[in-house]
Amino acid sequence: MPALVEPRIPRVLLAKPGLDGHDRGVKVVGMALRDAGIEVIYLGLRQSVGSILSAAQQEDVDVIGLSVLSGVHLAVTRRLLSERDTLGLADIPVVVGGTIPPADADLLREMGAAAVFPVGIDLQEMVASVKELAAESRGVDR
Amino acid sequence: MNASRAVTTESGIPVRELYTSNDIPADLDSRLGLPGQPPFTRGPYESMYRERLWTMRQYSGFGSAEDTNRRYRYLLDQGQTALSVAFDLPTQLGLDSTHELAEDEVGRVGVAIDTVQDMCDLFDGLPLDQLSVNFTINATAPIILAFYLVAAERQGVAMSDLAGTLQNDILKEFLARKTFIYPPEPSVRLACDVVEFCSTLLPRFNPISITGYHAREAGCSATQELAFAFADAIAYCDHLVERGIPFDSFAPRLSFHFASQMDFFEEVAKVRAARRMWCELATTRYGASDPNSTRLRFFSGCSGATLTAQQPLNNVVRSTLQCLAAVLGGAQSIHVMGYDEAYEIPSEESVRLALRTQQIIGLESGVTHTVDPLAGSYYVESLTDAIALRATEILDEIAAQGGAVNATTAGLLQRWIAENAYTEAREIADGTRAKVGVNVFVDDEEMQAPGALFIPDATAAARQRDRLQSFLAQRSSVSAAEAVARVGSVAGTTENVMPSILDAARVGATLGEIADALRGQFGEYREPVPW
Repeated sequence: MPALVEPRIPRVLLAKPGLDGHDRGVKVVGMALRDAGIEVIYLGLRQSVGSILSAAQQEDVDVIGLSVLSGVHLAVTRRLLSERDTLGLADIPVVVGGTIPPADADLLREMGAAAVFPVGIDLQEMVASVKELAAESRGVDR
Repeated sequence: MNASRAVTTESGIPVRELYTSNDIPADLDSRLGLPGQPPFTRGPYESMYRERLWTMRQYSGFGSAEDTNRRYRYLLDQGQTALSVAFDLPTQLGLDSTHELAEDEVGRVGVAIDTVQDMCDLFDGLPLDQLSVNFTINATAPIILAFYLVAAERQGVAMSDLAGTLQNDILKEFLARKTFIYPPEPSVRLACDVVEFCSTLLPRFNPISITGYHAREAGCSATQELAFAFADAIAYCDHLVERGIPFDSFAPRLSFHFASQMDFFEEVAKVRAARRMWCELATTRYGASDPNSTRLRFFSGCSGATLTAQQPLNNVVRSTLQCLAAVLGGAQSIHVMGYDEAYEIPSEESVRLALRTQQIIGLESGVTHTVDPLAGSYYVESLTDAIALRATEILDEIAAQGGAVNATTAGLLQRWIAENAYTEAREIADGTRAKVGVNVFVDDEEMQAPGALFIPDATAAARQRDRLQSFLAQRSSVSAAEAVARVGSVAGTTENVMPSILDAARVGATLGEIADALRGQFGEYREPVPW
């Protein structure tokens, strides 16, 4: 018989990889997720792929969100996804937001990003999508 | 429109249905002054655009120095009247192109400058005694200035003939943009070293552009924008005056940088209020006796934050209104955004259209025929007063928190900015704030980038790293190391660092080496978590 467990509050890790300092978007996203009942861990600026993944592991998060407005989204996401898989964390979905041209959004999805939120995305749509990903990810036994 | 909802400006100042002569004060004339006369509400110069249009300055830079040099030649051919250099993030953060943290970012959002040679190539064939050049550089401003001075030296141009502007407002980097390296206190000292150095040797150069623009683009209101800019200005001026440098010796070369967003009349009124506020501040706080010390000159950056990815051509219209507001506010130089900036670095076509926007307003619209054409408008004058009043209250609040450095270190201003940005995002999401193409008059088709986007050159970073390697192979490493060590030791004293950085630049020290010497003295700043 399954034990009755209190459903855990979903946890999302947000970070800005690379050197970009445009953090208006990531902060708005963080506040919107928080108001939607999600626990948000914001790592801040200039994060390396390694520091993001080790924080994700330590904090046992359900989703990793990257915010990039300096155009380096493809290179950074590719590296992060590959290291994530190597570390055996492939069940943590990664979402990417920022200044992302449509063709690059397709490439990001192809390489394994669970969702892409380019500039102009509807805030509620984004929150709903992250919540859904978190719930799916929760179902996985880690 | 919902009649029960209070109508306000974007910064929340109540707006009535009608303004009449009762809304302007009896002493209006003294609050305005004539153009070119204190308190400069009507403009910093007597004849404004009748004599000369504003400087049309499109921000640009990408790839290597040679790539950007080609874009500059194009812009000058198209009638642009000055240059504005965008640097890549490694250059802004004091990292050489070979640094591991620079890996993906070399030449990406601006030009990569590692050495004096890069700076010489950036301006190859462009006579520096005839151009005004703006540098969007902050934490590494002393190093970039030194490279520029050496490049000019090698063109045979004297320092005293150089015109242009260094952004060099490091305090606002802690609020927005975030290209800080060192903690706030030593950062202010470096910024002031540059101002002091330029005040004696570069009489035509603006050594700092004190800006509210970036905090505004990050989310703060128009009134907060003014208060933040003046709080920063006070931090620098107090520091310089405490060093024993007379206010009138540097104040005439201080310049300012404000945003121009969508609330048209508020933007016009804001910069009119800014000129009056600065005149009062310079006179009462610093006892300015040179009228040039009280004359606020500003660069208007139109707004990227207000542009949309949806229906991107609409951005041309938004930018036109913003540029017009900047002109009616009396800007000295203007940048208009590219309509495709929600997608990429602007394409050549989009940059040309931005420049044409300025040229059409300047040459065809007739708005430049008379100085400060909105003066005396019941609404504009009333709004100018209301903005000055509100911005002064916010400035007092910041002073009560110990001034810009303390309020910034405590994260207070960052919180205000983020809260405002979030409110705006929610209002757009729930439709209480209209955004055409986003929440009203929405097209069904998917978001589509306009025209041909700028395509970053995938080989630029590797080419830049090769350039750096071959430069390093040719210089004397011993003299560079000695000069860099000297920068570090001067930084540990109260002596001005500029002469030592200039010496290091001359012997081929790299940007990263010089920045590291300063890191050794000052350490690196880490931002506190916002919640």
